[in-house]
Amino acid sequence: MSYIIKGETGDWELVIGLEVHAQVISNAKLFSGAATAFGADANTQVSFVDAGFPGMLPTINSVCVEQAVRTGLGLKAKINKRSVFARKNYFYADLPQGYQISQFDLPIVGEGEIILDLPDGTSRTVGIERLHLEQDAGKSVHDQHPSKSFIDLNRSGVALMEIVSKPDMRTPEEAGAYLRKLRAILRYLETCDGNMDEGSMRCDVNVSVRKAGEPYRTRCEIKNVNSVRFVMQAIEIEAKRHVEVYESGGDIVQETRLFDPNRGETRSMRSKEHAHDYRYFPDPDLLPLEFDDAFVEAIRVTLPELPDEKKARFVETYGMTGYDAGVLVMEKETAAYFEEAAKGRDGKQVANWLITTLFGGLNKKGLSITESPISPAQLGQLVDLVNDNTISGRLAKDVFEIMLEEGKDPAVIVEERGMKQVTDTGAIEAACDAVIAANPDKAQDVRDGKEKLIAWFIGQVMKATQGKANPGMLQEILKKKLLG
Amino acid sequence: MSLDRDTVRKIAFLSRIEVADEKLEPLAGQLSGILDWFEQLKEVDTDGVQPMSSVTDAVLRWRDDVITDGGIPEKILANAPEAMDGFFTVPKVVE
Amino acid sequence: MTSLLDLSLAEARDGLRAKEFTAVELTDAYLGMVEKHRDLNAYITETPDLAREQAKAADAALAAGTAGAMAGIPVGIKDLFCTEGVLTTAASHILDGFKPPYESTVSANLKKAGAVMLGKLNLDEFAMGGSNQTSYYGPAKNPWKAEGSDVDLVPGGSSGGSAAAVSARMALAATGTDTGGSIRQPAAYCGITGIKPTYGRCSRFGIIAYASSLDQAGPMTRTVRDAAIMLGSMAGFDPKDSTSADVALPDFEAALTGDIRGLKVGIPQEYRPEGLDPEINALWDKGIDMLKAAGAEVVDISLPHTKYALATYYIIAPAEASSNLARYDGLRFGLRVEGKTLDEMYAKTRAAGFGEEVQRRILMGTYVLSAGYYDAYYLKAQRVRARIAEDFRNAFKTVDVILTPTAPTPAFGIGANMDDPIAMYLNDVFTVPTSLAGLPGLSVPVGLSSTGLPLGLQLIGRPFDEETVLRAGDVLEKAAGFSAVPSLVKG
Ligand SMILES: [Mg+2]
Ligand SMILES: [Zn+2]
Repeated sequence: MSYIIKGETGDWELVIGLEVHAQVISNAKLFSGAATAFGADANTQVSFVDAGFPGMLPTINSVCVEQAVRTGLGLKAKINKRSVFARKNYFYADLPQGYQISQFDLPIVGEGEIILDLPDGTSRTVGIERLHLEQDAGKSVHDQHPSKSFIDLNRSGVALMEIVSKPDMRTPEEAGAYLRKLRAILRYLETCDGNMDEGSMRCDVNVSVRKAGEPYRTRCEIKNVNSVRFVMQAIEIEAKRHVEVYESGGDIVQETRLFDPNRGETRSMRSKEHAHDYRYFPDPDLLPLEFDDAFVEAIRVTLPELPDEKKARFVETYGMTGYDAGVLVMEKETAAYFEEAAKGRDGKQVANWLITTLFGGLNKKGLSITESPISPAQLGQLVDLVNDNTISGRLAKDVFEIMLEEGKDPAVIVEERGMKQVTDTGAIEAACDAVIAANPDKAQDVRDGKEKLIAWFIGQVMKATQGKANPGMLQEILKKKLLG
Repeated sequence: MSLDRDTVRKIAFLSRIEVADEKLEPLAGQLSGILDWFEQLKEVDTDGVQPMSSVTDAVLRWRDDVITDGGIPEKILANAPEAMDGFFTVPKVVE
Repeated sequence: MTSLLDLSLAEARDGLRAKEFTAVELTDAYLGMVEKHRDLNAYITETPDLAREQAKAADAALAAGTAGAMAGIPVGIKDLFCTEGVLTTAASHILDGFKPPYESTVSANLKKAGAVMLGKLNLDEFAMGGSNQTSYYGPAKNPWKAEGSDVDLVPGGSSGGSAAAVSARMALAATGTDTGGSIRQPAAYCGITGIKPTYGRCSRFGIIAYASSLDQAGPMTRTVRDAAIMLGSMAGFDPKDSTSADVALPDFEAALTGDIRGLKVGIPQEYRPEGLDPEINALWDKGIDMLKAAGAEVVDISLPHTKYALATYYIIAPAEASSNLARYDGLRFGLRVEGKTLDEMYAKTRAAGFGEEVQRRILMGTYVLSAGYYDAYYLKAQRVRARIAEDFRNAFKTVDVILTPTAPTPAFGIGANMDDPIAMYLNDVFTVPTSLAGLPGLSVPVGLSSTGLPLGLQLIGRPFDEETVLRAGDVLEKAAGFSAVPSLVKG
């Protein structure tokens, strides 16, 4: 999977790194006892600590520490048993203290990795540079008033994990796969809900280009790109801009940029960048964060089976392809649905139904797997009905559509509508005889060697039996009757 | 170590303190004097000495993940120089 | 009524319990003095109604036998402690009109112990200063005057209002905070007692931060016993402050046994720099003799990095302050000066709201933390700080307590040293090392200068060994028999 920009001066390769801010799932904030829930009225989930009032001091939430360690373990990363909180100093309307409590020199989690499953079936490892804990800022609302910005501090102080990748990605697709995989891991771990619409996962994209064999060139950071699709678009657009600048003899300056999906461009945020100097230093209100091996191990034993492991098991246990397994494990709810439906059945067959039929059906209705009107058991029963020849595969599709609408058990639907497959040899023979008798010319053509016409006869008999004739038996009987 | 006007202007901006042009020079002089005084620390051998950011060698205590605070928007906003509809307000920020 | 004002905190406590007088009577006596000596500018805000209400409650608790350790004791609170519903200014224009909807842990502890709050005491703006001259509300004045002079003197700082009020009988005791000497130095200038406990002993929650790794609250009182009693009510573990120490709270008053036989007292040679005022030198020698006479063993020690403490402090404290004071931005509380843009609003608000010294320290702190200078200044200062702390650790291997002068001079005239920041910083030369090391330090008035101004000596102890410091201080106080009072109290 190579992605090359063909320029006038030659081929350009992309270098991509992502910084993801993932909101930690916790009841209370990182350094205060205020709630974290999404969507509350302005400033109702704010303590004096979050609002940066004089004399207020931070105290750390144990669950946020656990969640960071848990995520680190899920990323197969080095856990730092001693880390330090530092202040990142800058002024902004939604940053009440005038600094963000973050981690700088010594983050809680060090190097790790994420394995990407690419659509062509290959996989690729992307390095994780670090994960650190930090506080979120509040929210500025700019469109409520002609001359004022409104400040809501509900989000101020909510715990974030900033997860920084190494510059290991080379295509927009890899960046997309990285985000989807990271999101899957976080959701499996239940450390972040991964909801990009509500801002609980936000992404900054670092992009540069280079020619083969060159060291890295200057990168630009595109801030707050908040969907997988936009991330991929922004990368493409930004990389093209770099190539154009270089090829017209210009130079790229390291800067922060904003992606405008409506205009399909990135533009400089120089105003916000102006004279930044964060003056990081250890927060004197907090002491070093320390824990022991036992703490880490106690978390490790509670880790769920993660997507990579689950995928390997699916391939191994059910004999499905890596790609299918990868699709099934992306959402843990899908994987759970599948395992439930596949219980005591042919997993490959169930997977096929799930991926090709159920996904499509749910998609059409705009439902998620957890909202599926067809329960895992019902999908399994449908597969059973096909396998024991109660219904044909073709009719099964119709049964499925009815299940999707009515949510009834497939057996009930088949019974109610008389969709049972006809396996009575006499009945099928009679139907065949009738069709042959009505079409003597075509029957003669078959006998003269036009064997392809048998399919036409099958269709006619099926029509006559409302699709209920067992397709295998039908074929056999027709052949015998026409060809002897 | 001496500090020039431009540096004072820069740190004044970082500090978000408006400093009148005619005050830059005298401030640069004063701050330079203090920086010169700091030079004495160079005499101290600190090779291999860990920077001391806290007087205790204690580590951070953790609190439970329980909601114990918030739900007091009127108190949060009570001292605000300006507020509207439950929000703090500032001059419009153009991004 | 004069007799009520002459009582120490311990005596007042005992008198209240013996029903010799009521808390309301005691409070009224002090409120009278608060009113009478307003010219000293010791208080920024007076709270007489609240005081009377609290005094009544104290009387009720005393009658019911449920009174706390400070029941009915009229105290002043340094205006750096947030007090619920009561204007809290840090002596800065930028906190204009700020009424915290919450209470600092230390003032809440005092309230719980039954103390009566007379009002909020003047200080240097954001506790930055050593003479109370940087207050937006004007300087507090020292109740003492040099013999034959009418010149107004500084009370020291930053807890200048606290020291002046206790000295002038405008409060029986007061809270102070000490970052580089702000309890001990004003105590010495005003002839009272003040202790900065070990860093972590008193909660910082609700105290407006100056330099978080150094700030520590403590009592300012008329006697060592009073300091022991009040510290017992102020201190204690607080889960709301991550740097609060989870250690047992001893009975400090019980530590005052009067017996220091065999106690090893260290005398650091570095605190006798060339050019030290001979009066201060002589006072120190007198103190050494007193402790010796009481059975202590005097040991010469060395604290080799002492001379670097001031420069170290004036890098670290402004660095932390530059960040701590970023929250004063005109947005959520206090002063706002409008601007066309957000940045303009910030810059105008902070230029109008902060005084000159605070601005100077913010700029200096911003500079030493900025890219390219962090290592040379901030990190270097932190390393030197480690060496200073190490000096003390080494010394305390051989001694139990260290005796030094508190300040290099007696109180000076208001207006002096105002345009020479470094000269002003030198007032903290003996108190800053203790702060950097986070150790307990006590200032006790021991004598008068030739001009009749009070002078103090400082006792420094091991971490969380305030008991030894107080015990030695109590012996020193008794031996010195310091009984002088400012003439305005006499008359
Ligand atoms: Mg970042
Ligand atoms: Zn971040």
